[in-house]
Amino acid sequence: MLDSANRLRMIDVDPYGIPLEKIDVSQADLYEHDAHWGFFERLRREDPVHYCRDGDFGSFWSVTKFDDIAHVEKNHQIFSSEPTITISEPQEEVPFQSFIQMDPPKHDAQRAAVQPVVAPTNLTKLEPIIRERAGKILDELPEGETFDLVDRVSVELTCQMLATLFDFPFEQRRKLAYWSDIATGGPELAGSDFVTEEERTRGLGECVQAFSELWHQRVKGPPGNDLISMLAHSEKTRDMLATPMEFLGNLILLIVGGNDTTRNSITGGVLALNENPAEYDKLRRDPALIPNMVSEIIRWQTPVSSMSRRVRQDTQLRGKHIRKGDKVVMWYVSGNRDDEVIADPMRFRIDRENARHHLSFGFGIHRCMGNRLAEMQLRIVWEEILRRFHAVEVVGPAVRNRSNMIRGYRSLPVRVHRAH
Amino acid sequence: MTTVTFIEADGTRHEVQARNGRSLMQAAVQNAVPGIDADCGGKCLCATCHVILDADWYARLGGPGPDEAEMLNPTPERTSTSRLSCQIEVSDALEGLVVQLPAFQM
Repeated sequence: MLDSANRLRMIDVDPYGIPLEKIDVSQADLYEHDAHWGFFERLRREDPVHYCRDGDFGSFWSVTKFDDIAHVEKNHQIFSSEPTITISEPQEEVPFQSFIQMDPPKHDAQRAAVQPVVAPTNLTKLEPIIRERAGKILDELPEGETFDLVDRVSVELTCQMLATLFDFPFEQRRKLAYWSDIATGGPELAGSDFVTEEERTRGLGECVQAFSELWHQRVKGPPGNDLISMLAHSEKTRDMLATPMEFLGNLILLIVGGNDTTRNSITGGVLALNENPAEYDKLRRDPALIPNMVSEIIRWQTPVSSMSRRVRQDTQLRGKHIRKGDKVVMWYVSGNRDDEVIADPMRFRIDRENARHHLSFGFGIHRCMGNRLAEMQLRIVWEEILRRFHAVEVVGPAVRNRSNMIRGYRSLPVRVHRAH
Repeated sequence: MTTVTFIEADGTRHEVQARNGRSLMQAAVQNAVPGIDADCGGKCLCATCHVILDADWYARLGGPGPDEAEMLNPTPERTSTSRLSCQIEVSDALEGLVVQLPAFQM
């Protein structure tokens, strides 16, 4: 992050009170304060493809409308995912290589090797395991006592699921959350503040080591259904250990992809239902709404708020001339509130029509590979919550994380009230 | 209007009247045929409207274009006669078309 000492802080100003060219929606504290909405509303209306010349992360274009984001996703030959999909420049210290940061053809082969871990048949096998674990976690929650939903349910459940996917030692599963958080939470990467760059480098080194050891074990055995085994045995990826940065990159991708996104959607759904009690009533009256609600929660939360591209050749978008080498940021968090595509987008409605029509999983060749797994987890969690609790009640303020890329919660104090 | 039939993975048949000029995907969605999600709304960006044709129909309609093929490639039940239904335009030439739906969309 560039020196922000003399730069205007968006959280201190009225979105309509400053000149358009001074708007910088990459400022991470905007999201910590949930104060970005007015800025995007203005951009969508007045300058949907907006250039910021001197932001916290340098110069960049913001794409704020649903259809324009879809256009950028589609045209990957122009809008490249190399060398990185983050708004910040690639970090020398930990240069990840993963297929999220590759274009075809290399992207295709790597994704193809990894995708079977979330094949529908695998998900079907995972469902009873996830249900049993969700049930156990929920059964052990204290009644009549305030606790942190993020820690006791959201993190715990997603870590358990992830440990299963990797066949990672169950008792060390919290490390997966830690590695995911430091991978996406460096101050240079997304403006976060909870870990230093040194801690981050050390932690990710530990991650490579742990997974290398598992790899060496798995490669000796017969091919299994876990991710490490798949990577170790697949023709396309079995040499990946020789390029440790690629190995680490793909692991981190899968840990991150499967971790805080699902975690934050679990938390976000509880918060949304509490902020919209009529919707919670609707849910209790008709649990068959759960699958539709899951899509609406994912839209509402938009757990990945942005993804970036680097421009390979001069191009036009909405009359703006975008030059080769420019950085373009797709703001999913804005596109998901585009009232030209989504009716009444600022309302959380669990029975919304076309609820699946949202940007939270992205579009195009990089569309989230784990989308059905995420939906399945959320569906199961809500089925099991409704069986047990009349209400999961939010009793204090949400603490959000400080990031322009991952939209989520550090904590949410709740109490549960059992069904009678 | 053109008569087309969608067969779900479990064998349930849905015969619908599809509007000429619209896509096959839209015919499924507008007639509430289960098993087509169309998450991107028909822009060839999500591959959740995957259908499987028989060899004859596939030869008649032709294979996927490059954009369609790159989205079809990773789908779990891809066959050599797969198409994305949002890229198939309904016309009189499709009269009597029968398509199979995969068990899962991506």
